Amino acid sequence: MSDELRLAWAIARKDALCELRGRQAAGSTLFFAALVLLLFGFALGPDTRRLAEAAPGLLWLAVVFGGLLTVARLHQLEAEDGALDELARYPVERRTIYLGKALAGGMAVIVLGAVLLPVVGVLYGIDLAPAALPLALTVLLGGIGFAAVGTFYAAVTVRMRAREVMLPLLMLPVIAPLLLGAVEATAAALSGDPFGELGAWLQLLAGFDVVMLLAGAAGYGYLLEE
Amino acid sequence: MKTRILGLAAVVALAAASVNALFMVPADLNQGDAQRIMYVHVPSAWLGYLSFGVTALGGLAYLWKHDLRLDALAHAAAEIGVMFTAFAIWGGMMWGQPVWGVMWQWEDPRLTTTALLLALYVGYLLFRRLTDDPRRRASRAAVVGLVAAVDIPIVHFSVEWWRGLHQGPTIGSPERVLDPAAPMQFVIALLTMLAAFTLAWAWLMVRRYQLARIELETEERARLGRISAARRAAPATPAPRAEEGVG
Repeated sequence: MSDELRLAWAIARKDALCELRGRQAAGSTLFFAALVLLLFGFALGPDTRRLAEAAPGLLWLAVVFGGLLTVARLHQLEAEDGALDELARYPVERRTIYLGKALAGGMAVIVLGAVLLPVVGVLYGIDLAPAALPLALTVLLGGIGFAAVGTFYAAVTVRMRAREVMLPLLMLPVIAPLLLGAVEATAAALSGDPFGELGAWLQLLAGFDVVMLLAGAAGYGYLLEE
Repeated sequence: MKTRILGLAAVVALAAASVNALFMVPADLNQGDAQRIMYVHVPSAWLGYLSFGVTALGGLAYLWKHDLRLDALAHAAAEIGVMFTAFAIWGGMMWGQPVWGVMWQWEDPRLTTTALLLALYVGYLLFRRLTDDPRRRASRAAVVGLVAAVDIPIVHFSVEWWRGLHQGPTIGSPERVLDPAAPMQFVIALLTMLAAFTLAWAWLMVRRYQLARIELETEERARLGRISAARRAAPATPAPRAEEGVG
């Protein structure tokens, strides 16, 4: 098991290095997601109270849009270079490759969420400091779940025609519970959790993460063979 | 011939059940004639769920046996399931307009779940159309269908929770129709309609499955044709190599 984690980590590290040394996409994705938040301001503003009310939903929609681009790149770079076939021939379990990819994607989406949170705070006038811990937990669980689903569907669509539209089309309905849980947990955290529902939503997120990681790991083996 | 008998039985049963539900059974006291929509809405929803169950099981069986006929079954069921689910949502909206006052009720977990269910399987069908290689399509569609099936209970659960935690208004749900207090006539009308719809579903399934098999054969013939055409065009080179890039 620890061996498998080590292998998965090696794959994740490789992806993270490629992403960082490529130096274009990671930064552009962050900027794109921040831009989405700015545009939501134009769409719903200038009433700051209305924006603050909608903030949890807007934050997570921006994470979803940015995250879609992130997970699409996870397989795309390698598919273009033919490196995906090499990866599939590695003498490791397919689920280890999945785990490594999901780890890399999860880290990227968590960074995305961590960067967007303060942007939301500034743009929509919300004080995040009192809710820092539950917000961090929500971003962590949300990022893992998003990557668990995203890695799977990115592999499904990697060599498809019209994959740019098929990835969101297949993936977005599946992550609906994640979006719901993350938005509600964020809203509960920001409002000081008056109804004590934060724990329940975090549990939903954790449950979603576990189920989707297991399903993705089980299904991934059928996606790489060719 | 057997299929034709099944189809005839479905038509007769649907006609009889419709006449009963539309003219013999009295209108509901509170909802009036709008309640009659339930007689087609509930069977459609049930067949939608049944179809997607068949799709998931067919996919699972394909991954195990690698028999393309199982994939054809999963495909047929998904297409028919999308049709019935869309019909169920449409019927629900027609019913919601007079009874709830709105077509779309966000606080009804069944409606929200069903809408996502429809989106998941429309995605499944589009995915199938955009993948050319039959084997690759079959195994990938199987996993996509299975993940969708795993997702549905979580969706339902989360939406249910959403409403529960928000303490939304309690709204008359379609299940009321099956209330034990409901007059026997309503229950019988619904059950006969369920039976008639299920017969029609079975006939559609058989026909769509046969069609899917023919589609597979045509595809295979076209592939073989392309390969031999490529061989004739360039007899010196190992022609089938070019085929591997498809999809």
